[in-house]
Amino acid sequence: MGMTNSQLPMSQPPRWRALGRLRLGDWLGVGRWELGVAVAALAVATLVAGAAAPQQVPEQPSEVAVVISGDPGTPPRYAVPDFVAVNPEAAEAARTMSRVLFDDLAFEREFYLIPRDTYATIPAARTADQIPFNAWRELGADAVVFGVVERTGNNVRVEVRLFNVRTQQSVFSKEYTGSQENPRLYAHTMSDEIHQQQRALRGVARTKLAFSSDRNRERMVGTIENRDVKEVYIADYDGANPRRITANRQLNLTPVWSPDARAIAYTSYRRGYPDLFVALIYEGVQQEPTGGGTQNWLPMFSPDGTRIVFTSSRDGNPELYIMNRDGSGVRRLTNHPAIDSTPTWSPTGTQVAFTSDRAGQPQIYIVGADGLNLRRLTTSESYADRPTWSPAPFNEIAFAARTGPGYDIKVYDLATGVTRRVTFGEGSNESPSYSPSGRHLAFTSTRVGGVQIFTIGRDGRGVKQITRDGNNRTPSWSN
Amino acid sequence: MARSSSGSRYEIGSTRSVVPMNKRMRGSTTAASVVLILLTGIAAGCARREAPVTTSPTPPLAAPPGVSAPAPPGPPSRVEEALPVPSEPIAEDAISNRSLDALNRDSPLKPVFYPLDGADLDAEGRAAVTANAALLRRHTTWVVTVEGHCDERGTSEYNLALGERRAASVKAYLVSLGIGPDRIRTVSYGKEFPFDQGHDEGAWTKNRRAHFVITSK
Repeated sequence: MGMTNSQLPMSQPPRWRALGRLRLGDWLGVGRWELGVAVAALAVATLVAGAAAPQQVPEQPSEVAVVISGDPGTPPRYAVPDFVAVNPEAAEAARTMSRVLFDDLAFEREFYLIPRDTYATIPAARTADQIPFNAWRELGADAVVFGVVERTGNNVRVEVRLFNVRTQQSVFSKEYTGSQENPRLYAHTMSDEIHQQQRALRGVARTKLAFSSDRNRERMVGTIENRDVKEVYIADYDGANPRRITANRQLNLTPVWSPDARAIAYTSYRRGYPDLFVALIYEGVQQEPTGGGTQNWLPMFSPDGTRIVFTSSRDGNPELYIMNRDGSGVRRLTNHPAIDSTPTWSPTGTQVAFTSDRAGQPQIYIVGADGLNLRRLTTSESYADRPTWSPAPFNEIAFAARTGPGYDIKVYDLATGVTRRVTFGEGSNESPSYSPSGRHLAFTSTRVGGVQIFTIGRDGRGVKQITRDGNNRTPSWSN
Repeated sequence: MARSSSGSRYEIGSTRSVVPMNKRMRGSTTAASVVLILLTGIAAGCARREAPVTTSPTPPLAAPPGVSAPAPPGPPSRVEEALPVPSEPIAEDAISNRSLDALNRDSPLKPVFYPLDGADLDAEGRAAVTANAALLRRHTTWVVTVEGHCDERGTSEYNLALGERRAASVKAYLVSLGIGPDRIRTVSYGKEFPFDQGHDEGAWTKNRRAHFVITSK
């Protein structure tokens, strides 16, 4: 499988269990480099991060002063104590924001987050000049976040600063005002901005997941059998704020985000057969680009959002088709009596990876968006489905591979042809979807009973359960 | 069989006619059980009514009332052939009188079962479709939807296509048996609607199926 020994997360001690045991591989989220090559790895990390966010200019004198570093070869250690509530009405929001920010900063694994329960010994500061830097230094902190929240009616004003504990200087200072309705959003925004400033990294704290769920436990209307309704939902990337997108009490499956994250294409059985719909979620508009009458499923927006590739049996058996987003200009991409299904676009929109059982069992193939240059990708799997092409700078395809009674998420590196595993037989794992940064994957797993959505680093570390209610399938990660 | 050899000719006939039904019952679910119960009920009713007659030494009297007068010698084979005849109109009335929901809850149409990852009809599957075709020929107004279902061992996405292929294989066979394609719709539900929620071979066997639903009659 081409796995390296450091890519066996189950055999590793829990992440960040002890400061002294941190490995650079953990920090970089790559899992290949050991401390011995720290300098080389740092250079690579800078390159990778630079490619992800080209606007960041590396190694300028001003930046050296702004970026908080940890001890050589280890990630900077962050402390996020509870934010100060200026008035009692702000207490709940202050608490929520600091805790969500803690989780957001931990999620990218760029920083080591000092566990909250060790903060108890440190006197709380009401103002920035009261911050006990020496006490934080003794705790091993390189950086401490200081936030102040004030609530006025339905509005909040949030002030947040990031201090370098060594220099006692503020390197990041922002003020946010707005509705108090969703305090988590302020924390997500801070996290993304801190990641951008400190690591030149596009964080995912404000991204969302779309998925199909039976959590409402409704039964289908006018049906013969007792069958559960499945509706399309969206939630924050951490599973908070779930919202229902469809309400037709039918089967609604395989939602995917448009690149602008304002629309969701999905498969719905509202007419009694599978067909494609596009929900403009902020306008409450449902579009039906295929126009009904044919069976179509598994849509995927092109990276520029202008086209949709999908599976259809309109010509007798499942084949791939591409159409413009409004349904015009339909053309057939594959032509084979076997099943061709589950398409995904390459980041440039010039190729499509898909599943076909033309060789007997389902395997991953790639074809040009013009229908030419078809080639088989997976050759050592017994069964492979749901290819998902990573965004740049990574050049890889994640998929679900049969690895015994169930499935595991694997990743095929297009440059080397090497396949590595991301999950290792804990439950059955399916339907991978990349985060917009390519650093994480959402997938479904049966490891906790039922079918739930999890996220995981592309190196197989940092598994996090996202959904808990009902069964939840086919996640799609927004930009 | 051993028992029937010591009985009268009529009993021989009735026993033989029941045997294939039992075989069918074993191979299908409760879907066809109403028809079967009706048939066996009639057979049992006849048998009960005729029970005293069977002790009489005159075989021709054993013929059930609905049989068109056979040749006096009354060869046993004729009697067996005739037995299902009275049951048919009764069964049809029972079916015709039932609502769509009642019909589908306890369907006279048999499901087709598949091996893992397979979509081709085996001999048993063809027999089930053939029997369903016979019912569709009798009830000429019925329109059916053939649902393709898969077990949970395939992936969600591929199963949508696999279920489509299962339903399509049934439709193709029905059409080859002379049923109009406009009377058959297909839809795949992948692994979204398992019939058995279990996670073992027993459940998976039931969930890999083409399921018939009568959508209008």
